[in-house]
Amino acid sequence: MTQSALTDTGQSPTRPDGMQGFVTDWSSDQRAFKNVPWGKAMMWIFLLSDTFIFSCFLLSYMTVRMSTTVPWPIPSEVFALSFGGEPIPLILIAIMTFILISSSGTMAMAVMFGYKKDRRTTAILMFVTALFGASFVGMQAFEWTKLIVDEGVRPWANPMGAAQFGSTFFMITGFHGFHVSIGVIFLFIIARKVWRGDFDREATGFFTSRKGNYEIVETMGLYWHFVDLVWVFIFALFYLW
Amino acid sequence: MAQAGNTTAHVEGQQHPIGTYFKVWGLLFVLSAASYAVDYYHLESYLRWSLILIFMMLKAGLIVAVFMHMRWERLALIYAVILPPVLVLVFVALMTFEADYTFFTRGAFFSLGQ
Repeated sequence: MTQSALTDTGQSPTRPDGMQGFVTDWSSDQRAFKNVPWGKAMMWIFLLSDTFIFSCFLLSYMTVRMSTTVPWPIPSEVFALSFGGEPIPLILIAIMTFILISSSGTMAMAVMFGYKKDRRTTAILMFVTALFGASFVGMQAFEWTKLIVDEGVRPWANPMGAAQFGSTFFMITGFHGFHVSIGVIFLFIIARKVWRGDFDREATGFFTSRKGNYEIVETMGLYWHFVDLVWVFIFALFYLW
Repeated sequence: MAQAGNTTAHVEGQQHPIGTYFKVWGLLFVLSAASYAVDYYHLESYLRWSLILIFMMLKAGLIVAVFMHMRWERLALIYAVILPPVLVLVFVALMTFEADYTFFTRGAFFSLGQ
């Protein structure tokens, strides 16, 4: 109790590793995920289901793009931006990519400092992560405004070619942006709890009424890295293809 | 938290040297820059697509393995999370056939209409 504030995961010290460990862990009448707190296992399961949602979005995008007889707009030109001179292709999207990766980096370090019980550094890194995320959403709002107002792209039509471009673009980036926004909100909530020292006092969560500990930072981190992960696929398959 | 009290032979939770995170962060930057360069230098066709996919998978792998700590988890969790999405590839194959068929039908129909 005094030395460990983490959930007891029921791991016996003598479990085999590798393939044999996989089989024994999944064998009947026991918890399958040893060494993993329940919150983290459930977050992984949620992320798995979210993976399928985004897979379906990207799959439908692939299907409509392959089956349309109208030329697909060239993303590299659609998303070009000029700073007074020649338009630079995809520059805003590239900046957004680097911002999201940086936020993943700060989040990963927040998790590390959380397990070291370094309250201040963890909270500061989480706030930085949230600010990166908020600036990402801001840039996305700018991008949407430019596309809707200046270029007349609509979910049902656009002046540059295939109508499906608009529908898939707004659906996929909109759903991703929504994930980022929710992530930012929860980052602020958890960061505030870290800052207050909730997890040093093992304060009870108002929703779960369980003792809080720094594992929630890792669970939050999993969600945040997933948002970055989805962006990797959107960036490659939608913007670069 | 433990009647046993001695349970943590290893370090608590997921603690890895900070250098690991910086290295992966740097690699992700390099890979992103590389995939941006694919577009910037107008590489086309199969070279473009294969490079995009390679960089994408490398980035995804790094994020899942290191940032999400997957490489330090037990196989039971790794397989439960990684294997199901792989099966999406079957769906991809199905929809490729479907899309080709739709494209062909549209071509035939639209040419008849003229």
